[in-house]
This record gives sequence, structure tokens and C-alpha cells, in this order.
Amino acid sequence: MNRFAFFELIVAFRFMREGLMQTLLIIFGVGLGGGVIIFMSAVLSGLQGNVVRRTLNFQAPIVILPTDQVARPLRAEARAEIASQVQPRSQQLRSIDQWQKVREQVARTPGVTALTPVVSGPGFALRGDANKAVTITGIEPETYFDVIALPEKIIAGRQHVGPLDIIIGTELSADLGAGVGDKVRLTTATGATATLTVTGIFDFGNKSVNERNVYIALRSAQNLLDLIGGVSAIEVKVLDPFAAETIAETLRAGTDLQVDSWIRTNAQFFTAMAAQIVTNTLIRVFVGLTVALGIASVLVVSVIQKSKEIGILRAMGTSREQVLRIFLIQGGAMGLAGSVLGSLLAWTFLLVWRGVAKNPDGTPMFIIEMEPSLFAIAAAGATIVGILAAAVPARRAARLDPVVAIRS
Amino acid sequence: METLRLDGVRKTYGVGTSIQTEVLHGVDLVLRRGEFSALIGPSGSGKSTLLNVIGLLDQPTGGRVFIGGEETGTLGDADLTRLRGRAIGFVFQHHYLLPEFTALENVMMPILAARGRPDEEMRATAATLLDRVGLTPWRDSKATEISGGQQQRVAIARSLAMKPALVLADEPTGNLDTKSADGVFDVLREINETSGTTFLIVTHDPRLAQRCDRIVELVDGHIVSDRVNTNVVRRSL
Repeated sequence: MNRFAFFELIVAFRFMREGLMQTLLIIFGVGLGGGVIIFMSAVLSGLQGNVVRRTLNFQAPIVILPTDQVARPLRAEARAEIASQVQPRSQQLRSIDQWQKVREQVARTPGVTALTPVVSGPGFALRGDANKAVTITGIEPETYFDVIALPEKIIAGRQHVGPLDIIIGTELSADLGAGVGDKVRLTTATGATATLTVTGIFDFGNKSVNERNVYIALRSAQNLLDLIGGVSAIEVKVLDPFAAETIAETLRAGTDLQVDSWIRTNAQFFTAMAAQIVTNTLIRVFVGLTVALGIASVLVVSVIQKSKEIGILRAMGTSREQVLRIFLIQGGAMGLAGSVLGSLLAWTFLLVWRGVAKNPDGTPMFIIEMEPSLFAIAAAGATIVGILAAAVPARRAARLDPVVAIRS
Repeated sequence: METLRLDGVRKTYGVGTSIQTEVLHGVDLVLRRGEFSALIGPSGSGKSTLLNVIGLLDQPTGGRVFIGGEETGTLGDADLTRLRGRAIGFVFQHHYLLPEFTALENVMMPILAARGRPDEEMRATAATLLDRVGLTPWRDSKATEISGGQQQRVAIARSLAMKPALVLADEPTGNLDTKSADGVFDVLREINETSGTTFLIVTHDPRLAQRCDRIVELVDGHIVSDRVNTNVVRRSL
């Protein structure tokens, strides 16, 4: 279109420059509001991302387990009464039935990026007089490390897991007094024992995990837990952690196995997160509304102040649409300028926050990413809010009767 | 050639209410190209209403308005705005310059509104017009930084920006002292003589009316006299 809004742009910016104090005040107001919104969004997503990262450090998004065993009372005849009380069966450590087949089937499921079989069960770690209850996890290193980033968490030794190797956490290492190269004995309830050499020590940043988890070779774990040839779980990694429950449902439908997603096992966290998102959204919406009302009120005043000029513009051939655009542009420009200021403010808040929110040991409490996309979204959002806020005053300006406007 | 024709133009305020006031009672008027006419009459006689109807700022409740031979009664708001921008220039009692802009930019404004983006040609047109009203030294001054007479001259230059066939001036010298008023009037007269633009000037001042070619008198919404001024005072003293 040749009649691109140059005229409207020129007039809009001159109008804003003329009422410079008004314009600066409202831009500052929009900036403050925008800054709060950006800051809150960054903190929220930072917090969320942080918890997610920490949880998924040592937990696969989806875990496939064998079905629970249920007690099935026999009936003497077809129409016999059903027992009024059935004691739940104690659960044995069992293998997933035909786990290789399940593995292939899961690997074909869309959204799944990696999967690994594990054998997991209870045992004791012994060294000298020390004796600690642990969760033995038998892994297939080449696939396990694709699902859980264990190698990144090794702080001493290496991630090698041979038949006679064991990787333990920092807490257990301290409790047993066992460092890299030391021998540790594992025993299980079946009476099986194995003496293994510590090849690596990990730190997942979670005390109970560092205390209880030990990693050994899959074969060794199968022997210790008396599950020869079997696996007790298949751990699955997915592309989008938040789609885990959907994928888990697909898997549940395709097999008769128990499929747990991290979203289910951490339901409390997700409830808390959802509540936080709701309150945050509410606050952001109200701050946004306040900003919009601020812009609208400034423009309403401006339309009244400039009604004579609008009248004369109309008299000399300016169309209603042009007048409308002159005020919409002002709203959008105020929103955009405010969001730029808001981004700077939010940036400053975040820098201050980084300096203040620290753990006692000086490490940051959690990392807040300042994503450029957040600022881009804020800029676009503020511009749209500005234009919407300008709609009412702009319509009013466009509807001014030139005769009345000039005479008044 | 007719620049303007009014056929039995009526204007009633308060249509649809219990208090209806007819301000114009069937006005017939023809302005030919290049005429320099005064519209006089007592306060409340309907001069401004008539001017607004002629200027397409207001719609008559009866009769027809032709601008350059074109019937305006059937046109919508957008077409009226376009025709107004193209064919009619306004000079008001108050200059109504945009204070945010310089004298030159104010003169450019109607062309800019019509064409959308600024270019050198419209700048040159505006500069020429400012020169004609004798304001070249003040072309880059803000509209608020020049005197009342100068502001009114800028307003005149602005009214000519689109080379309109008709310029409507509502008490163009009403806010000015005698000397400035004469100066402004001279400018109007000179433009009329050099470019053949048709002028209709509403005025209270009999002295100025005497300097027009034709004097139309409106009383209570009727044209009571319409005469050619045989002894036009050509120049101010």
C-alpha cells in the first residue's frame, strides 16, 4: 500500500513529543509494570526449570514396571459367593514379562528419545563395621547414560561400570569411608553377596539419592537380586518432559504394564506449580490491566486536549481512519517503549536477585535464565496491550465532529 | 464556471426532537470561479452554519450542494472527506495550526494527509506558498513561536496547499489588530488575483467587506441582499 501510515506516524510522534512529560510518565509506568511481569515470568520459569532439572537428574521421565500381583480367590463353582475380604498380595521383585519385546515396542513410540532396562532392588552396602541400606540399580551403561546424565554427576573417579565395579554417591562414600578404588560389599535379602570396587563417586545434589543409590552392572544386579535374565523396570526418556504423561498413557494402552510418568509420581510438585502459575498469571493480568488503563487514560486526556487539532485535521481532508491510526500508533508506541524500559528494569532486578538469592555456601539458589524470547514476547505483548488500550480513545477521536471540535 | 452551487439549502437543528430550529431557510447561492465574495450578517444569522454546509463539514437537512458541479448529497463520509481535502481550503478565526509542527510542516500537512508519505515536491510546494504569504524567514519556526498575523498567514498558506478551487474563511482577521488584519486581507486578495481561487469570506467588519467584489448578506437564514461591489477598495491604506 502506497499510503503506508507515514502521515499518521509523523503526527503521532509529534503529538507524543509535544506532551513529553505525559509521554515519559506513562512510558515509565508501563516500564515498571512490564519489568515486574518480565521479572516474575523469569523467576517462575527459572524456578520451574530448576526443579524439573533437579528432579529429572536422577529420575527418568517415564518408568515401566511389571504389573502388580493381585490375589485371585478361586471360586468353587461359577455362582459361588465372592470373598468379602481379599488380602492384598505381597509384591515380589519380578521381571517385566518379555522385556526385550516391550523394549522394542516402547522404542517405536513417538516422542521417546532413549530407553534403558534396569534391575533395581534393596540391599546393604558393607565396609568394615559400616552397614548401610541401599537401592541397588543394575544398569546397562551404554544406554543408561542416555537416559540419566550420570557421567556429568561423577565428581571423583570415572563412570566405568564393569562386572565388578560400583558407583556410589558422596554421602554413602562418606558413611562407608570408601573412596575410589576401595572395595565395598553388597548383600541382598536372598543372601547373595558381591565384593565390588568403587570406580566413581557421584553427586546429584540430593542427599537421599547420594546416600542410597548405588549403580552396578546389569548382570551383577541380576545375580544379586536373583532375577537372572530379567529386568525390573525400563526407564524411558522423552523429548518433552511435560508430555511424559501423555506418552505414558499411550504406553499404558499398548501394554498391560504399569507405566509411571514423573508427572504422576511428583503430583504434589505439579499441584504446587500449577497454583503458582495461577497466582502469577493473575498478578500479571492485573499488572497488564493497570498498564493498559494507564495508557488509555493518558490518551483520553490527549484526545480532549487535542480535539481542536483533530477537528482541523479532519477539516483539511484527514479521514476518520487516519485519525484512528494516529492514536492507535501512540498507544502501541507507548507500550513498546515501556516494554524496552521494562526489559532493562527486569534485567537489573534479575542481576540484583542473583546477587541476593544465594545458598549459604555462596552458590546461586537457582539459576534464572534471561531468555531473549521472554523480552521479545514482552515487547510484542506490551505493543498489543498499548494498541488495545488506545482503541477507545482513538475511536473517540475518530468520531469527533469537526464542526463541534473546532467550535468548542 | 461554477465553483459552488447551493439549491434551496435548509438546515434544521434538533431534528427528531420536540425543539426544532431551522437556521437556514432555503438558501440559493452560486459562486463562480475567481470570485472574491464577502458573507456578512448579524450574529446568529446562520453564517457559520452556511459556511460549514458549504465546506462539507455539516450536512444540510434540505436542498442540494454542488462542489465543482458534483452533487455532494449522495456521498459517504469518506468521499466527503476526500472531496473536502481536495477542493476546499479553510481559514478560521483562530489559526488552529498544529503547535507540534513548524510553519512549513503545517503547510505541508494537507498534502501529507492525502498522499501518506512526505516528499521533496510537497516541501517545495509548501515553501512556495509560505513565500507567497511572506513568511520564508519563519518557515522553520514552531507555530507557537510566531505572531498572530503570521500564524494566520501560515493558516492561509495551509488552506492553499491542495490548490483548492474554493477557500472558505470564517472571520479570518477577527483576532488580529487592524494592521495585521489588513496585511492578511491583502494576501487573500493577491492570491485570488494571481491564481483565480474562489474565496468566500465571512466577516463582521464592513471595512473589509467593502474590499470584496461581491457582498452577500444573510439575515435570519435568508439571503436578503446579494450585490456586486462596484467601488472595491483595492488596497489597504
